Amino acid sequence: MTARAPAPHPVITFIVRRLIATVFLLIVVSMITFAIFFLLPRLAGQTTRGLASQYIGRNPTPAAVHAIEQQLGLDAPLPVQYGRFLRGIVLGEHFNAGTSKAYCPPPCFGYSFKNQQPVWPMMVSGLPVTISLAAGAAILWLVGGVAIGVISALRRGTLFDRFSMGVALAGVSLPIFFTGLIALELFSYKWPIFPNVQFVPFTQNPLLWARNLVLPWIVLAFLYAALYARLTRAGMLETMSEDYIRTARAKGLPERTVIFKHGLRAALTPIVTIFGMDIGLLLGGAILTEVTFSLHGLGLFTVEAIQNQDLPEILGVTLLAAFFIVIANLVVDVLYAVVDPRVRR
Amino acid sequence: MPDTLLDVADLRIHFPTSDGLVKAVDGISFSLERGQTLGIVGESGSGKSVTSLGIMGLHHGTNAQITGHIKLDGEELVGATPGRVRELRGSKMAMIFQDPLSSLHPYYTIGAQIAEAYLVHNQVGKKVAHKHAIDLLGRVGIPQPASRADDYPHQFSGGMRQRAMIAMALSCDPELLIADEPTTALDVTVQAQILDLIWDLQQEYHSAVIIITHDLGVVAELSDDILVMYAGRMAEYGSAEDTFDQPGHPYTWGLLASMPRIDEARLERLVPIKGTPPSLINVPSGCAFHPRCRYAGFTGGRSQTEVPELREVSPGHLAACHLTGDQRRKFRTELVLEETEASTARMTQGEA
Repeated sequence: MTARAPAPHPVITFIVRRLIATVFLLIVVSMITFAIFFLLPRLAGQTTRGLASQYIGRNPTPAAVHAIEQQLGLDAPLPVQYGRFLRGIVLGEHFNAGTSKAYCPPPCFGYSFKNQQPVWPMMVSGLPVTISLAAGAAILWLVGGVAIGVISALRRGTLFDRFSMGVALAGVSLPIFFTGLIALELFSYKWPIFPNVQFVPFTQNPLLWARNLVLPWIVLAFLYAALYARLTRAGMLETMSEDYIRTARAKGLPERTVIFKHGLRAALTPIVTIFGMDIGLLLGGAILTEVTFSLHGLGLFTVEAIQNQDLPEILGVTLLAAFFIVIANLVVDVLYAVVDPRVRR
Repeated sequence: MPDTLLDVADLRIHFPTSDGLVKAVDGISFSLERGQTLGIVGESGSGKSVTSLGIMGLHHGTNAQITGHIKLDGEELVGATPGRVRELRGSKMAMIFQDPLSSLHPYYTIGAQIAEAYLVHNQVGKKVAHKHAIDLLGRVGIPQPASRADDYPHQFSGGMRQRAMIAMALSCDPELLIADEPTTALDVTVQAQILDLIWDLQQEYHSAVIIITHDLGVVAELSDDILVMYAGRMAEYGSAEDTFDQPGHPYTWGLLASMPRIDEARLERLVPIKGTPPSLINVPSGCAFHPRCRYAGFTGGRSQTEVPELREVSPGHLAACHLTGDQRRKFRTELVLEETEASTARMTQGEA
């Protein structure tokens, strides 16, 4: 091969390219989301008048409905509304909320007229809860799942393997609202080891933060750890029968090096992908866990928004969730290029 | 006094499976001196690769049952602790595998993988090991080894990868080098280069080499001795000249007839050996080759009932066959005549 030209590191070029693509992807996602919530209802026969009347009390006068239509900008063509929405994200927006005028500072993801507040700060206030929940559970399930998977693969057919795979099957099959309620019943009420589970900000009291999150973490991690244990076990079984493992042994490497440096390294690559996607998904709201434990994160916020049919809230939280998934995707792709040299070009 | 490095005696490697006992290797004996090359030849499933894995101790972790003796430089390897065999592996004995792409780890650079082999057996720093890896890459004929050492296996061509595998095997100057089908996955043009390289390096290091192959052509030039295996047993064992010039086993005759040769003028048609290699669970009674052997009817039923023992067909040249010496000479002469006549007839036809 000829000497390499002084080009930027291939991973850097890769990241830059992906970042640019990500921006476009997010714009497309926002268009689709916007269309789902504003175009589809129209196609289904919903009029702007009907939409507006949701914001007024009973028996609205046509004049009042018309006023609301104008205030909310619902009478404008959809592209204009979408443009306003985008402008609001960047520049902020003024809203006419009935008697008072409300300013929604950037990034403005709309204004919830039902809660009389801008959407963004409400979402942001739920974020620490969701992040705390997802991060703690992720560490638990990644460490636990991979460790159990590796041991199961190396001791295939033993009692440990059968037992842990049996438990894993249960973990994958049992829904969180079941395991969560059992955990609450046993460890919060019957034996109050973790009584009064509620979110305490980390900055306020780290110890209480952790103590109150232990149950949700375990319940959420149980589901994922089961999945990861099975994945890791399958991956390890496959890699450990690869030719390069035989080569590693033929070199006279200690078995530990063979297993971890050569075996696990290769088996972990697909796990990285799934891990990134799962984190991205969870950051958009761990709905079942948050509802079960009444943790006011993004998931619970979403559920309430849907129950209230609060369109700006639903739109905002959908976009935010999409954002997390797209970013997680990006991180996974970059990680992949770091982990697997064959992906780099 | 012969300088024996490897002495294998009555080696048996059996694998119990739910279908029955697989006798992958069933009583193999040979010895190998320093600087010498042994070619182990046989069809797929004849036990040649299992033999090599058994010598390397790579059957550990499987449920293999291994008996007999493997003495490397006087040290018994059968029953040795896995730790001891691991120390010898990569340092005193090394191995090259069939498919260099799948045998190299896709996530580590070539240089790192070679250096790793050196590091594990020598008390040196990473820089020294890396430099050693670059030296080795240069010695196996990789141009610009210093920059190529930072490449990954997928950036190498097939021949280059096998060169890198050889460099890795040579990293600790092994006294025994086992090459398991080293050229099977390579282009024909590259095959000769790799064999030449193995030959050159053997002269340089004076190591003992075992080449395992199903291709007699590969071992014809390189080997001093040839061991022909069939169904986990020895069919024939002798010097390369004896085995090629006076093959003593009908199976070897078949192998020779099915081998293309360009060094002989006659345009002989390749004759495949009829039938398929036997199952290693239900090995045919008597001589394992008898269902496929056209001479099995001339031994008075012994081929079907009695496992033939290795007998000297000429000094130092062993074959496991019930045919008497006279029968063997007669049939071999007939066979050669038959083949010559057939090819002459075809040539005449072609001219007419």
